[in-house]
Amino acid sequence: MSDTAITAGALPAPKAENAVAWGFSRAQFGALAAMIVFLAVAPFVLYPVFIMKLLCFALFALAFNLLIGYVGLLSFGHAAYFGMGGYIAGYSAKALGLSPELAILGGGIVAGLLGAVFGWIAIRRQGIYFAMITLALAQMVYFFCVQAPFTGGEDGIQAIPRGNLLGVVPLDRDMNMYWLVAGIFLGSFLLIHRIVHSPFGQVLKAIRENEPRTTSLGYKTDDYKLVAFILSSALAGVAGATKSLVFGIATLTDVHWSMSGEVVLMTLVGGLGTTFGPVIGAAVIVTMQNYLAELGAWVTVIQGVIFVACVLAFRRGIIGELGNLLKVKL
Amino acid sequence: MATHQRGRLPSGAQLSAPGVRRRGVLAAAGALAATGTVPARAQTPTIRLGVLTDMSGTYRDPTGPGSVACTQQAAAEMASRGLSVEVLQADHQNKPDVGANIARQWYDQGVDAVVDVPTSSVALAINGIAREKNKVFLNSGAATSDLTGPACSPNTVHFTYDTYMLAKSTGAALAKAGGDTWFFVTADYAFGHALQRDTARFVEAAGGKVLGAARYPFPATTDFSAFLVQAQSSRAKVLGLANAGTDTATCIKQAREFGLTRNMRIAGLLMSFMEVHSLGLPTAQGLLMTEPFYWDLNDRTRAFSERVRPRMPGQAMPAQVQAGCYGVAMHYLKAVADMGVAAAKADGRAAVARMKAMPTDDDAFGQGRIREDGRKIHPSYLFEVKAPGESRGQWDYLKVVATTPAEEAFRPMAEGGCPLVRS
Repeated sequence: MSDTAITAGALPAPKAENAVAWGFSRAQFGALAAMIVFLAVAPFVLYPVFIMKLLCFALFALAFNLLIGYVGLLSFGHAAYFGMGGYIAGYSAKALGLSPELAILGGGIVAGLLGAVFGWIAIRRQGIYFAMITLALAQMVYFFCVQAPFTGGEDGIQAIPRGNLLGVVPLDRDMNMYWLVAGIFLGSFLLIHRIVHSPFGQVLKAIRENEPRTTSLGYKTDDYKLVAFILSSALAGVAGATKSLVFGIATLTDVHWSMSGEVVLMTLVGGLGTTFGPVIGAAVIVTMQNYLAELGAWVTVIQGVIFVACVLAFRRGIIGELGNLLKVKL
Repeated sequence: MATHQRGRLPSGAQLSAPGVRRRGVLAAAGALAATGTVPARAQTPTIRLGVLTDMSGTYRDPTGPGSVACTQQAAAEMASRGLSVEVLQADHQNKPDVGANIARQWYDQGVDAVVDVPTSSVALAINGIAREKNKVFLNSGAATSDLTGPACSPNTVHFTYDTYMLAKSTGAALAKAGGDTWFFVTADYAFGHALQRDTARFVEAAGGKVLGAARYPFPATTDFSAFLVQAQSSRAKVLGLANAGTDTATCIKQAREFGLTRNMRIAGLLMSFMEVHSLGLPTAQGLLMTEPFYWDLNDRTRAFSERVRPRMPGQAMPAQVQAGCYGVAMHYLKAVADMGVAAAKADGRAAVARMKAMPTDDDAFGQGRIREDGRKIHPSYLFEVKAPGESRGQWDYLKVVATTPAEEAFRPMAEGGCPLVRS
């Protein structure tokens, strides 16, 4: 991509009408402020471990949304990066004794490398073929994790120590861990927002809208797609790595294809291609799984109904419809 | 059930945990607000047992609501001796992260002991949490022998069974009883390999021979015919099924369809009485399996089973894991009564130490003891499933073929690699 001319005027910048700062519109700025307030207040009102779980999934959905929402690529194998990030972080924290920040970083990097290889193979095809290739590759990762000695097979990696952040802050205390998770989440959220609103992000959206035209304008679309894929998988890896430290376990659940399906559901429910949609979608799904767990098998039925309702009735998702109603972009 | 009406619980504690059913107080509005981190401190010290089990998945029948019923039975029996006990329940969906989340929340909000927990991955996760929070983990449902091996903890008791016990009883006892040539059909992952390896070791130690093994891809194998034909042509006397759950049931059904049972015995290495119940005697007859508990073993087990039946779903007889929940809860509550409720609540490690110091005695498992590494020991029984003609009643399924005495049934402590033993 380095050789491609990215000039500011190549594509029309988003209408600058109400951009307050950092590419946020006024409404988005309000929503961001609300989210930050929530992050600051939530652990004192709600159970912090639950909020941490929610944030990990929200980050996972945000990473996924970067691909489907802004490049239009439906990856059906994102659990591979999420789960692999978790395994790598768990293994490096437990067996290699790395500090938590390195473990999380390691999880992100390995997931990114995995994404580079898989993305390189998958972006050669579009639509359903792309989805199928990513699914097939993710299934290979799943079976690798079932068999590989370092993952612990069915038992997973257990009792992963949270350790001390930078060697000083003990993360065993839920509140310390919470602030770290909240920081990672917020940082990644802003990073994704920055990516999407950069000239690079403009090209991604152009690819989503019309790939042949973008090519004809002189962009090497495959390079852009690959970089987006790597970014998305690395962020998914960070989400998985953080989750494995929060819970102290990394297991097959996170690499299973149903996890790939869940993140699609979260993003769809929240709103494809919206800034806050994946966060809300993840919140809805995770809360539902937690509080409806009592209903057992009915949870999946309810999820299915919600999915169908979303697709039929409000296709823009919760945030998308809300934004449409208020005539703002969220 | 020993739900005490007066110990008013701070709203958060119970409702917040997923899957918790508390009689009559599940106000929908409360559900979200109830996530409060207010520590549960009742006016009178109440012991809270959280039964964390599979309420919706593969292991629901041999654990699930039956485990809850058996724990409630123990609570009720101890409540009549003046102890205030409350039993909570939740579904871990066989997912370690869901289970860990619930257990963490429970422990943080006033639950003293988590009971049951089938599925080894979930059990190992909770083993770590109980230790971290100095609470008690009373495991009945998980199979992994690591719980009293490398992962052993001063806060954990592993009560009912483990893979070593199953392998030893089925492998050694069966080889001695004439089943001396074996062929394994094995699920191709760590658990299947371990089960096959351990059983093969005991078969060979008892003078038997392993003629071969077929590994099938796990999960997602539904047609076992190729492996079963291979087993048939090996001319082994015993077919060992080193797998679990629906795979085992499918293998048994298909083996019968292939007529394998005419000249081979089938040994399910991880089977339970409830699976026999769902397969039905015509399909399951002749099957060999190991359990430490069966309702019709002796007068005490019969008395216990009749006592608990009214609470059981569908008035079923309790299965081994469920009976184990009763046994381990009884023993824990006795230890609590012995050392004082407040002391037991304050220090999970001390409560488990007291459990180890006291000999166990309950109707389901008789007399026994808990070893230093957390392993409860009792005899194990090799059962054969009766033919439909032999069965005298609805729940009359099994007959004892061989017994392994308590001291030999489980892995010797020195071999387990438990750090608690060396210190």
